Amino acid sequence: MKKIEYTKIKGQSLAYYGLLAGLGFMILMGLLATWYMEHNGHYVTGMSNQIVWGMPHVFAVFLIVAASGALNVASIASVFGKKIYDPLSRLSALLAIALLAGGLVVLLLDLGRPDRLIVAITTYNFKSIFAWNIILYTGFFAIVGGYLWMMMDHNMHQFKKKVGLAAFVWRLVLTTGTGSIFGFLVARSAYDAAIMAPMFVIMSFSFGLAIFILVLMAAYNWTGRELGDAVIARLRNLLGVFVASVLYITTVYHLTNLYITEHHGVEQFILRDGGIYTNLFWIGQVLVGGLIPLALIYAPGVKNCRKTLGLISTMIIIGGLCQMYVIIIGGQAYPMEIFPGYEVSSSFFDGIVNQYAPTLPEIILGLSGMAVSLLLVTFMIKVLSFLPTSLADSVTDPHAK
Amino acid sequence: MSDQINDSRRNFLSKAAIAGSITIAPGVFLHQTAQAKSDDQAVSSNTRWGMLIDTDKCSKGCTDCVDACNNEHSLTGFDRPTTDAQYIRKVSLVEKQTGHEISLPMMCQHCETAPCVDVCPTGASFKREDGLALVDKHICIGCRYCMMACPYKARSFVHEEIKNQTLSAPRGKGTVESCTMCVHRIDKDGIPACVEACTEENHNAMIFGDLNDPNSTISQELKKHGGKQIRADLRLNTGVRYQGL
Amino acid sequence: MTKCFLRISLILTGLIMLFPTQGIAETPFPTIHEPEGHGVECVEDEDEMRRNHMNYILHQRDKTMHEGIRTETYSLSRCIDCHVQPNDKGEVVGHDDKEHFCNACHQYAAVQIDCFQCHADRPQKYIKRASKPQALKEQLQEVLAAKDMGDAQ
Ligand code: SF4
Ligand code: SF4
Ligand code: SF4
Repeated sequence: MKKIEYTKIKGQSLAYYGLLAGLGFMILMGLLATWYMEHNGHYVTGMSNQIVWGMPHVFAVFLIVAASGALNVASIASVFGKKIYDPLSRLSALLAIALLAGGLVVLLLDLGRPDRLIVAITTYNFKSIFAWNIILYTGFFAIVGGYLWMMMDHNMHQFKKKVGLAAFVWRLVLTTGTGSIFGFLVARSAYDAAIMAPMFVIMSFSFGLAIFILVLMAAYNWTGRELGDAVIARLRNLLGVFVASVLYITTVYHLTNLYITEHHGVEQFILRDGGIYTNLFWIGQVLVGGLIPLALIYAPGVKNCRKTLGLISTMIIIGGLCQMYVIIIGGQAYPMEIFPGYEVSSSFFDGIVNQYAPTLPEIILGLSGMAVSLLLVTFMIKVLSFLPTSLADSVTDPHAK
Repeated sequence: MSDQINDSRRNFLSKAAIAGSITIAPGVFLHQTAQAKSDDQAVSSNTRWGMLIDTDKCSKGCTDCVDACNNEHSLTGFDRPTTDAQYIRKVSLVEKQTGHEISLPMMCQHCETAPCVDVCPTGASFKREDGLALVDKHICIGCRYCMMACPYKARSFVHEEIKNQTLSAPRGKGTVESCTMCVHRIDKDGIPACVEACTEENHNAMIFGDLNDPNSTISQELKKHGGKQIRADLRLNTGVRYQGL
Repeated sequence: MTKCFLRISLILTGLIMLFPTQGIAETPFPTIHEPEGHGVECVEDEDEMRRNHMNYILHQRDKTMHEGIRTETYSLSRCIDCHVQPNDKGEVVGHDDKEHFCNACHQYAAVQIDCFQCHADRPQKYIKRASKPQALKEQLQEVLAAKDMGDAQ
């Protein structure tokens, strides 16, 4: 196997600056949206005392989950010793950090008091899984940052493997933690399931890889670097496995819920009567985010078509966002069972399905989180050598495994 | 202007009510004098404040407790029902099997093992020694995780700027709030506004008192007739109990 | 070398100019109203309070919030009770007015006050009660009636 050579991208073209400007503009809009929401108060959003977490959380959780998944490629290379993924490790770690940063920015900007960031960092309630997550996120930055350093500094190469393992373990814990944020909400029938945490781990694999593939293809296409079929074929197969796993665990989740009598109501709601949530589940999550991509991945006709792979990845991302929407908002829309066996009504919307319509500022804030991630990547690959100069088949050499 | 008059009238009324309380509901306030805490004394876990609500005495159309609470905490309505705060609400129940109708007030249940406290990342949601579940709004970051966790939908998020707060009920945009069991009154040996109103209007559906004191009216009543926790299956050991459910 | 020296000296001059050396004498001192009633003294020395009032209030805040200690001496409401009084025109201004006792200094010193986003900025007797019990009652009953059994799920 040849020695891989990494170089910075030139990043002097008009298109590069255009991309930066576009992403910057999106972030600016996000900040404006935040200002608007914080200045007026959250009543200008679709969120309410019934739907307390809305669109920003859909994006934020999606990004955070995807972040841990984006690290996958690096983990497979270092922990499982698959050589072909090795040249991709740097980008994988960078993307992981960038996605996490983007997600956290959204989460932070949606707080009722974002000005109290210092409080959030300095006062901890160690019983809170949320507080644990803050520690997990900080640790993730540190470990993956360290991992990048080991990879990029030749004198540190010998520690690369150990740190890579640490990063692998850490990120599994991190996604488990994110899943547990919901899993701990025993009061809400949609979330009261132990399977929530492993489900998030599997979801992270699939979302993270989809984003990774898109970023990789874009970067190599736009810089005119060579990206061989060997790498692509591998990633594509991997993606297939992950998408299938997500479908599988989603099925298990709903089947177990159907087994538990208390959860029949919420299952019926998501699977059959939930209107928008039912549609998002079947059409968005299952069809667009699962079955169609799966079919396309294994369809013989489009095996080496990059465009199709791009489409597949995009569909998985859209499906993923739908899945988050169904979990986060659908779970809150379903009336909470406070008085089992009774028909309930009150001035506080007890016993009825809660309404939620996302507003533009919320969506913009969410999208600007994605922009933060992409801007970070775009910028960093120009300053440091993250990308192999070439990923042509002759370089990556699949037979060296 | 008329508001100020209203205010002093209310104060007068509440004093009259306390003076006359012995006859209205014997024992409800009696134990309080025995345990009066001076202002410089910290609250202790020797006391656990609680409430007992008799749903049979609570009538469907009545909102006296709700009004009293809204007035006490100056819970301004912005005419936006989905985002306006409600510490206490009237809930109407119809038993699916029998058609039996029940009406009851619902507020923070002041759980002993409170989910809101467990999840709060900053420790803003906390349990006071005497069993009250409160939000320290000085360190609440407005993440709303406690609202996700509360099994009773007891909490509200302040969705917009608030002006003209009353002295005893500070509340402001971007933080989460809920029934405090009228902590400002309790600390001054008073009783919650909702209980006061319910008693004043002669419904007598609510009893407030110390669950740890075996001689308090509430403990006696609970011992005699029992009182259910809502969603007892969650084992939160709530401080608010219900009869007739 | 000279370039470097030039740069450093420029930075230094800038820093020095940041200090309002001559300005101090002419600094307009914010006017603050005397507490209600003559001969009333603040809970601590005036000088001490000017410098450290926030520490007293902060300490009391946590004691009250978490331990239910409600002594009045260092409570925010005690400050407000004395210091926020009607002006010459008989108006009691809110905390966003530059005449407000707290804001007068804070605006001058450009230190943001967080207290009044939640706390009352005037003595209770000058605050118009925001909620109108009767109107609210009607509204509530309406909501209750509308959400009656019929459209419950
Ligand atoms: S009822 Fe809700 S807000 Fe009140 S203590 Fe229990 S969990 Fe917390
Ligand atoms: S909203 Fe405030 S009280 Fe509730 S969990 Fe978040 S920080 Fe704690
Ligand atoms: S105890 Fe006080 S805060 Fe709680 S519902 Fe009653 S009046 Fe409202």
